[in-house]
Amino acid sequence: MTGYFRQSRWQRKGELIEPTIFELSQGRKDGYYRFSIEKELFEEIENAKELIPEKLMREELNLPNLSEPEVVRHFSRLAEMNYGIDSGPYWLGSCTMKYNPKINERIAANPKVRQLHPYQPEETVQGALKIMYELGEMLGKITGLRHWTFQTSAGAHGEYLGCSIIRAYQLDRGEKQRDEMLIPLSAHGSNFASAAMAGFKVVKIPIDDKGCTDMAALKAAIGDRTAGMMITNPNTLGIFEEDILEIAELIHGAGGLLYYDGANLNALLGKVLLSEMGVDIAHLNLHKTFSTPHGTGGPGAGAVLVKDGLEDFMPIPMLREKNGRYYFDYNVPKTIGRVKAFYGNFEVLVKAWAYLKTLGSEGLRKVSEIAVLNANYAFAKIRKLKRVSVVYGEDKPRKHEFVVSLKGAKSEIDAPALHVAKRLLDYGLHPPTIYFPPVVEEAFMMEPTESDSKEDIDYYVEVMRRILEEELEKNPELVLNAPINSSIDRLDEVRAAREPILSWKIYVRHYKGKKA
Amino acid sequence: MRYIPNAKKEIIRMMLDEIGVKDVEDLFSDIPERLRLKSPSEIGNPMDEITLYLEAKEVLSRNVTTDEFLSFLGGGVWNHYIPAVVDEIASKQEFYTAYTPYQPEISQGALQAIFEYQSLIAELTGMDVVSASHYDWSTALAEAALMSMRINHRRKHLISTAISPERLCVLRTYLSSLDASIIPLDYEKDTGFVDLDDLKRKIDDDTCMVYVENPNFFGVIDENVTELADIVHEKGAILVIGVNILSLGILKPPGEYGADIVVGEGQQLGIYQSFGGPLLGIIATRFDRRFVRQMPGRLIGMTWSKKGVRGYVITLQTREQHIRRERATSNITTNESLMAIRAAVYLALLGKDGLKSLCEKVLVNTAYLVKRLNSIEGLEAPVFRSKHFQEFLVRSQKKKWSEIQQHLLKRGILAGISLKERFPGYFDELGEVALLATTEIHTKADLDRLVQEIEEVVA
Repeated sequence: MTGYFRQSRWQRKGELIEPTIFELSQGRKDGYYRFSIEKELFEEIENAKELIPEKLMREELNLPNLSEPEVVRHFSRLAEMNYGIDSGPYWLGSCTMKYNPKINERIAANPKVRQLHPYQPEETVQGALKIMYELGEMLGKITGLRHWTFQTSAGAHGEYLGCSIIRAYQLDRGEKQRDEMLIPLSAHGSNFASAAMAGFKVVKIPIDDKGCTDMAALKAAIGDRTAGMMITNPNTLGIFEEDILEIAELIHGAGGLLYYDGANLNALLGKVLLSEMGVDIAHLNLHKTFSTPHGTGGPGAGAVLVKDGLEDFMPIPMLREKNGRYYFDYNVPKTIGRVKAFYGNFEVLVKAWAYLKTLGSEGLRKVSEIAVLNANYAFAKIRKLKRVSVVYGEDKPRKHEFVVSLKGAKSEIDAPALHVAKRLLDYGLHPPTIYFPPVVEEAFMMEPTESDSKEDIDYYVEVMRRILEEELEKNPELVLNAPINSSIDRLDEVRAAREPILSWKIYVRHYKGKKA
Repeated sequence: MRYIPNAKKEIIRMMLDEIGVKDVEDLFSDIPERLRLKSPSEIGNPMDEITLYLEAKEVLSRNVTTDEFLSFLGGGVWNHYIPAVVDEIASKQEFYTAYTPYQPEISQGALQAIFEYQSLIAELTGMDVVSASHYDWSTALAEAALMSMRINHRRKHLISTAISPERLCVLRTYLSSLDASIIPLDYEKDTGFVDLDDLKRKIDDDTCMVYVENPNFFGVIDENVTELADIVHEKGAILVIGVNILSLGILKPPGEYGADIVVGEGQQLGIYQSFGGPLLGIIATRFDRRFVRQMPGRLIGMTWSKKGVRGYVITLQTREQHIRRERATSNITTNESLMAIRAAVYLALLGKDGLKSLCEKVLVNTAYLVKRLNSIEGLEAPVFRSKHFQEFLVRSQKKKWSEIQQHLLKRGILAGISLKERFPGYFDELGEVALLATTEIHTKADLDRLVQEIEEVVA
């Protein structure tokens, strides 16, 4: 099994991996790529040398001088040193790393998508507007929330917009004193940061033994300063918040709004309507739940949806339809303004649209059913392994993801979650999210998604068994020194933070010639 | 369902047996009964691949592209040529399907590519440290304002009025929940340069930052920018410069005239217009602890492995939301990394000489178009007595711009942005003007065609 995976390793003299583009072009004085100017055009310009003011003329520019094949080989080698979803299992909890369908990429690469300017007259972009509108309406039906915008580019961006709407709503009601946002301790870190950016004081709510929001603590925290609550359901432990209806009632009863973090929506498609759960505002990550690729960190796209009564606070412009014609409406009476220029990450929206069209109602429900089945199947097998424990809600079924603790391996090695994660790399498996949520010691947060086959899951479990039950007992060095099959061995992250080399320029100035 | 390997009855049965439940529905039994849907919401029937392809083709046929029509639209997104190499690299699955490189040992490709992006932008802007990407220029500006407030704890933001109203609107939203204010900073009526006297009048000890763009929203190359740093720094404020990133192939970088933070739009570096997204927000700053520690967003750094091999990791993560939560420098997580990789490939391919030749072509196109339009009776171009890069304002003395545009649209030309119509309530002082953009994509024949068609309409 150890021979299963070996990543490309483009190293020169064993000292550095693929050189930077600056090193590759060292000693070269001039470049290769050129744009030619038509002679007739040039002749028309009398003062061609004076087209920019002399005092603003650039003197030096250190960009590489490389030919096209050199550039292509360089970036192709880099690509070979990167693990994508098409490479294998990618169980990053709360990230929903599902397969990115190729037809979606093909459609989104159409010039009819890419070669559109956002300020074109509306009559020339009716197709684009129709796709956005249809996607918005489909998401409205999936969530039960009727009003939507795509202006946000990421989950955190959506959270920020959601919080801004809550703020605007409370101010509009004259409830200026409502400056507190309630957030369960198990929430994603971005929830806390987004609420703070929108001007709220964060009140953290602990969780109970079942892994759900501690209702007594919640009741104690709610008051006349409560603006709202941000909830993730299923939460980051993969557990459905069983008291969600009571939570919604409490928040609403106190004059607050309930905000839903859609990071974990992959468990509920076609199974539960957010509106029925009492959600007032939600953001959905199209790059998680709706299959659009993550691109090594982005671009994503968010839809923010609100229930009736909150539409007047939405950002401008809102997309509307009348008699089959689509248009942007800038007349939103109490709008919070804008959180981004233009209308959202359109190219990403096209992919999500194509995904939903492919699935249809039944396919969508199947996605969640199999995502939940896969997670529970993996959970059933992994929890039986030695050194693995389950901290919260032992008897509860999981939804699309689950969290186990590896603290049982602490007698063999320190920081087992970190080291076991690194060892997984040697078997060609992307590790789960580790040390999150922080309420679980040595946490392994695992989300297989519906994209993995039973064989993939069995292999993952078998590798986990081998590491935890054999390697840790017989040869813990293997785990401590992992990975060995990746492009590079364990990197010194502490040094990176202590001596930040954040650009080539900084390296040349301070560190060139220095070795480890 | 072709995307779901386990959607087969016999596989599902085996898995359920292992879990110890009878039915998939049992796995949802913890959800309160009244919440559980009997049937899913109606979003339509599933489609096979070819049906989807044909439907997409039909819907998209209702769009007219900037390939089909001759476009002079800019104002935040521009129609540039994108070398084939950029598409080729960006469509490699190892890049586009990967997550954020939290496991550096199997993500060296993405990490190095983004490190190179940071490095290339550092060279272009004359700064040292560049974030791994933001959503777009407008959010980069908003983040720069918040960053400035964290550095000097002041409240007033002096913002040039020669910027995109959309950008201003985003900034206003981001500052609205804080104890902060935006004070407009005028431009000189004849040149379009930032009004230094106005700056001196308005700047005081509570000024947090001063924001000026160069070239500005009107395409004006601002010759006053070199005077800004002394005035701003004397008051202890922060100088934030917004750039047309391409122009730095030929223009002096803001790092050389005292900028503390540089922001801009990276869409021009090999990224499609795509109806306004995805884009690429740029934030750069000086290698100064005070600034670096307050940088929003992800940073990639170089380091070494246990065995002494040079490599790359995400670094200075203690600024970020997943560690610092409500005390983070920003909430940003998902960014625009793939766009940053596109920009890195683009800049690596063009190099210094390629970029310079591109800038020269843009300058020549701009100068030629300005000259020809100005020769038309009833038009005045450029509106400002100054040098321009890529964009400029044209004033119509008789006809309304919206009218001119309507005529040209019928002839397959997207003739710029009528400021009055697009941004009601802004730029009233300028009258009947349009913002026109030209890039390397235009040939002389294209420019001549625009001139000829406008001439017919105006006459």
